[in-house]
Amino acid sequence: MQYLLIIYAEEKKMASMSEAELGKIVTEFGAYSKSIVDSGNFVAGGRLQPTSNATTVRVREGKTLTTHGPFAETREQLGGYYLVEARDLDEALALAARIPGARYGSIEVRPLHSMPQVAR
Amino acid sequence: MSVPAAAIEEAFRREGGRVLATLIRVLRDFDLAEEVAQDAFATAMEQWPRDGVPDNAHAWLVKTARNKAIDRLRRDKRLAEKKGQIQLEAEITAALPDETADAAPAGLEDDRLRLVFTCCHPALPLEAQVALTLRTVAGLTTDEIAAAFLVPPPTMAQRLVRAKAKIRDAGIPYRVPSEPELAERLDAVLAVLYLVFTEGYAATAGDVLVRRDLCAQAIRLARLVNALLPDRPEALGLLALLLLQDSRRDARVDAQGDIVLLEDQDRSRWDRPQISEGLSLVPHALRASPPGPYAVQAAIAALHAQAPSSAATDWPQISALYGVLARIAPSPVVELNRAVAVAMDEGPAVALPMVDALAETLGESHLLHAARADLLARTDRRGEAREAYERALSLVKNEPERRLLAKKLASLG
Repeated sequence: MQYLLIIYAEEKKMASMSEAELGKIVTEFGAYSKSIVDSGNFVAGGRLQPTSNATTVRVREGKTLTTHGPFAETREQLGGYYLVEARDLDEALALAARIPGARYGSIEVRPLHSMPQVAR
Repeated sequence: MSVPAAAIEEAFRREGGRVLATLIRVLRDFDLAEEVAQDAFATAMEQWPRDGVPDNAHAWLVKTARNKAIDRLRRDKRLAEKKGQIQLEAEITAALPDETADAAPAGLEDDRLRLVFTCCHPALPLEAQVALTLRTVAGLTTDEIAAAFLVPPPTMAQRLVRAKAKIRDAGIPYRVPSEPELAERLDAVLAVLYLVFTEGYAATAGDVLVRRDLCAQAIRLARLVNALLPDRPEALGLLALLLLQDSRRDARVDAQGDIVLLEDQDRSRWDRPQISEGLSLVPHALRASPPGPYAVQAAIAALHAQAPSSAATDWPQISALYGVLARIAPSPVVELNRAVAVAMDEGPAVALPMVDALAETLGESHLLHAARADLLARTDRRGEAREAYERALSLVKNEPERRLLAKKLASLG
């Protein structure tokens, strides 16, 4: 089954970290990503730019509304994601717990609908 | 041959839970498992009086149910498509227990243990964990569970439907977690059982009888968990705690249906055999270092159970145990209980500042103001005691407790 591991963290906290602290986190993420590639769980992943670079698009009654910023103001902001292949929810949860961001943020684990028709 | 109904009922009672648990594993569908289990029991009711109860009743029932599931898959094309028929049939056939096995597998191989851990999976909302455990492990009907938790039956039914859907759609596995997760997941199971018990314990005479039955169900489930996972100090602690608390059930409520506090209870109405059983478990529960919260609470309950009267209770020891509890599982309520014990041990004047210190965190709890009122009354500060009881009365939510507080206020004069 595929799961999306959605990484949320307080951007303010990240912004107030020192170069050294941030560097450490980047290294840890690198090690984590490699480990799940090696284990065969990794499908995709990415680190998002901050919400200050986000733009939200909505189309209502034929009109396109474009606004600066994320879709909503939240206490923690979406910072990155991993798309993983896992045997079951327990394995996905174990993968999520090992994400460095889990220590200071929140990881939402969302299963994907299975799509048998989609070619791999 | 005519087999007595009692023998058949006994076989059902003994094997029923495990049959359902095995079918859930094999079919990977709670509802289908329940339906074919019922079908299998119905068939057994027809054949066993004639042919006798089979040696391996569990295997017979599972095999019969399995065949009915395959029949259903063949008949109901929609169901089959959803389940990927061919694959499932093969899996069902392959997953059966060995028919020649004499002894029922126990411990980690027991499907009931898998079922318990699945129902109590942290990915499910807590109230769903409780409902699913009571429905599938304890065998209560949806209506019974709804009545027990004072929730409309359709709401409870929806809760169960959503829980089963999440298990299926989010891929919650049907397994016993391996160490080291097992300890944490077991804590979650024990928390569910404790919640069931406290829900039943809160019921008093005048409430529907099924709420009191929740205590018995919680004890039954705690016994099952201990049987399937022996020698776990916190599981032993929970069972001991439930047995000891429940032993007072006949003394907690008087003929009018009013609450009788521990200090006023007729101790001759306590269930002594149950107390003995609880007491025998406490030393084993306290083995862990540090001891777990259920074990410590059980030790406190044990001291009450062994005391011939409130005055003759080992209050210094109880005080000390609350101190331990405050360190391993701190909470304002634990602090409050500790203050009450200190009041019995060292006098109300010593305990009063401890209670006052909780005013901010427990200010909206009637328990805090009731405790304050009691201590104030015992130190002859009647005016303040009266105010505290009135504050408690303005906050109390259930009728029996309200009547008790009103009585206490009236007795101040």
